[in-house]
Amino acid sequence: MSESSRVGPRMSAATKARPADRIFRLLSTSAAVSIMVILAGVALFLIVRSLPAILANWQTTPELSTGPTGGFASFFSYVGPLAFGTVWASVIALLMATPVAVGIALFISHYSPRKLAGFLGYIVDLLAAVPSVVFGLWGILVMRPFLLPMQVWLNEYLGWIPLFSGKVTSTGSSILTGAVVLAVMVLPIITSISREIFLQTPKLHEEAALALGSTRWEMIRLTVFPYARSGVVSAILLGLGRALGETMAVAMIISPAILVSFKLTTEGENSQTIASNIALNFPIASGLQRDALIGTGLVLFVISLAVNMLARLILNAKPGGRKLWVRPRTEPRAKAIAIAAAEAGAETAIDTSQRSPAGRS
Amino acid sequence: MSKSVNIKDLNVYYSDFMAVQDVTMDIAPRSVTAFIGPSGCGKSTLLRTLNRMHEVIPGAHVQGQVLVDGDDLYGAGVDPVTVRRQIGMVFQRPNPFPTMSIKENVLAGVRLNNKRIPRATAEALVEKSLQGANLWNEVKDRLDKPGQGLSGGQQQRLCIARAIAVEPEVLLMDEPCSALDPISTLAVEDLINELKDSYTVVIVTHNMQQAARVSDKTAFFNIAGTGKPGRLIEYSDTTTIFNNPVQQATEDYVSGRFG
Amino acid sequence: MSGSGTLKIPATRNRLTTGQLPRFASLYTLGVAFVLAAAVMGLIGFNAFGLAAFTSVFYLILISALSTAIENRRKAMDRFVRGLVTVAFLLALAPLVSTLWTVFSKGIGIISPAFVFTSGGSPTINPNTLEIVSSPGALQAIVGTLEITGLATLFSVPIGLLTAIYLVEYAAPTFWLRRVVNFLVDVMTGIPSIVAGLFAFSLFSLLVGPKAFSGLSAAVALSVLMIPTVVRSSEEMLRLVPADLREASYALGVTKYVTIMRIVVPTAIAGLATGVTLAIARVIGETAPIFMAASFTDAFNGNPLNGPMQTLPVMAYTGYKFPGQDIALSNDQAWGAALLLVALVIVLNLIARIIAMIFAPKTGR
Repeated sequence: MSESSRVGPRMSAATKARPADRIFRLLSTSAAVSIMVILAGVALFLIVRSLPAILANWQTTPELSTGPTGGFASFFSYVGPLAFGTVWASVIALLMATPVAVGIALFISHYSPRKLAGFLGYIVDLLAAVPSVVFGLWGILVMRPFLLPMQVWLNEYLGWIPLFSGKVTSTGSSILTGAVVLAVMVLPIITSISREIFLQTPKLHEEAALALGSTRWEMIRLTVFPYARSGVVSAILLGLGRALGETMAVAMIISPAILVSFKLTTEGENSQTIASNIALNFPIASGLQRDALIGTGLVLFVISLAVNMLARLILNAKPGGRKLWVRPRTEPRAKAIAIAAAEAGAETAIDTSQRSPAGRS
Repeated sequence: MSKSVNIKDLNVYYSDFMAVQDVTMDIAPRSVTAFIGPSGCGKSTLLRTLNRMHEVIPGAHVQGQVLVDGDDLYGAGVDPVTVRRQIGMVFQRPNPFPTMSIKENVLAGVRLNNKRIPRATAEALVEKSLQGANLWNEVKDRLDKPGQGLSGGQQQRLCIARAIAVEPEVLLMDEPCSALDPISTLAVEDLINELKDSYTVVIVTHNMQQAARVSDKTAFFNIAGTGKPGRLIEYSDTTTIFNNPVQQATEDYVSGRFG
Repeated sequence: MSGSGTLKIPATRNRLTTGQLPRFASLYTLGVAFVLAAAVMGLIGFNAFGLAAFTSVFYLILISALSTAIENRRKAMDRFVRGLVTVAFLLALAPLVSTLWTVFSKGIGIISPAFVFTSGGSPTINPNTLEIVSSPGALQAIVGTLEITGLATLFSVPIGLLTAIYLVEYAAPTFWLRRVVNFLVDVMTGIPSIVAGLFAFSLFSLLVGPKAFSGLSAAVALSVLMIPTVVRSSEEMLRLVPADLREASYALGVTKYVTIMRIVVPTAIAGLATGVTLAIARVIGETAPIFMAASFTDAFNGNPLNGPMQTLPVMAYTGYKFPGQDIALSNDQAWGAALLLVALVIVLNLIARIIAMIFAPKTGR
């Protein structure tokens, strides 16, 4: 050590300005602010573009009374059935996905061998990595013919139930097929969040239940489910958010019409979804028709925002829920992999912010 | 290279909560001073105010003065970064930088402060600091290995080497042995005894035998109850504190009757 | 579970095991269920899925009945649920295996160096035979996918990483901007991908005019989807960096900026890189937003600033939905593109794992 560096600055000397520090702080703050700008931009541009079509009189405007937007009295009578179709297809998908997803989560968290749990979770997350267009192709080629006999059967024997009534599909391009594929796509989200929450159940509660002579299932019913209820609800809502915005699988599989229909096994009269309608008609739409489609996109934006925000509110109200930022598709693995990587280095992990100031000695 | 520390009428707050109240004490250069007291009595908090590390926690602030050889740490225009370059700190748990080798860890303080030093000087500094931390013989053959590969006690001595490599005036130690086994603790205690030849050492410890073994002077802190601020009860020579303290509370504490 | 210890226990049954099904009862039951299901299949016609479904149903019924008879209702319920969740897991495997196998078997036929390294142009007429010749090729889509995702990464990573640094290192927990940004990032994750595409189209059509389709526009759309992902994964990783390390750095008199850049980020680099790679893997398969913003084309276009661009997911979509004259070829190309896409996603996932392993802090132990 050279003697020169020993001559430190006097304590009372004026602070040396540290511009790098200030610039970097400014930079990261503006990045955070840019999030606000981007989001405002999304809303603003959608509104600006769609306003002409929303405000127009659809019957007297030639461009809107023909083509993909033809036959509707106003923007709202156009978007109404589409919004219904969006929610309808998503709800059916969720009804199918939820029990399976919760079952898988339970299997991984409480039934599978401990050593396998991570690997099994990885397998399910892999399902989230498959691009939706691939699920679309798979739905066309595999699921349509696979589900066709079942739909014919449902229509024939249970046709007296309105859901299965009507002229049965001949190709399998029904909303039921679309919903099954959607269910596969939302499965991993619901599973990964539920799994995290099941694993967060306090070990003490579980052990107390087991010590009382409960079977594993009774332990789960007594301790895991009450603890996880709100978390699973928000997991389902996040799954719903994903299903609402899903475009390709639905656009490729179902044979739609813009109307309100509860029938599951028909084709050509399935309720169309907003996203799928945009994807199918955007290339052929012109000017004002495009604006109308963008308007429907705005409605979709609002619906999925509402669902996602509700899910977040429920999740964030839960202690430790804030950490479950686990989101659609591949992120759960990102977290798992990176945590594994970080743990090696983070053996000394103590979060200072979690120590209460008063607890300092 | 050792300076005195004078604390004058110091109150420490976390936002509105007063954690430490009205501490006045003088710490002599080239000595070891131990802070003892029950959990939550504010001894760690006080220690962290001596190099303004408490400011890492949002809302923490102080009233009063801390003079280091007469310069007020909290004077107008004083940059905490400048303060910390002169007052080093060793933490409860060993925390070598995981991305750095043993050598890089020792040089971290110099390098991260953007000082360019010639290779030979750097090598000399590494050897000097590691020898100062009684670690040289154990690691001289693996200086380029990661610091996290060492045992807990070695890691803690590496952290001490890292702290003394920037040649501070004062060395603060926040329960440096609480995460170590007895043998490592002994090695670190031996080191503290040697360090006082060159540095002003202030150590917080939960372990009263340790305070008795390593320190010249001892300060006993206590709180009146939960939510009340910690206060300095008695500050005196270590032998006095442990053998015939003035305050009843001190005697109760060092004799193991409470805390 | 026989008794142990020094005392030799005679080979009688342990009284603790009375009233229990023998150890391998569930395995035997499964065998019986399988045979029964096979018999049913023999009656109504064989079908692999049917076999699995009937086996599961019979197993669940048999094990519950057996357990109710020999053990008790509570145990029966336990065994029933155990069977049920296992079936749920296997049920999820079916679409995964089926999808991967379908993509592989349908797509592998067209994959060749020529498919990967030439761009399929518009169909031409062979003057000798007067046949319409369209050559398969995906180069235009591969280049488009790489350019668009590359640009999106270029936009998203700095914004996302810096925002995460702001949230973790700078903003006080109760500061309004932090709470607002946190909320907005959540909101942003909820944006349907097609809406991101519509946004990019609206933005560019207002800026550029009617010919708004471009790779750049698609990259903007993907960024809207990618930024929140990068923010959240980076935030998580930065929070995993122990506060001790920051304190150790500050205690050496190191400034905040240097501490972040030289201590915090390097410590978290494995997680950060993994998160970014997986974010790329996520958006690379997006179809709808690219379709809206960059449209599609058969022609090779390597300039992301101007004109429609083809990408792999859009090629897979349009090959089916808007086939060319040679429908079979279009469909084959769609599957080829799908296979390339899945391969790309898998490679990215592997890269993420490898990054995590290579950059993981070494203990040297």
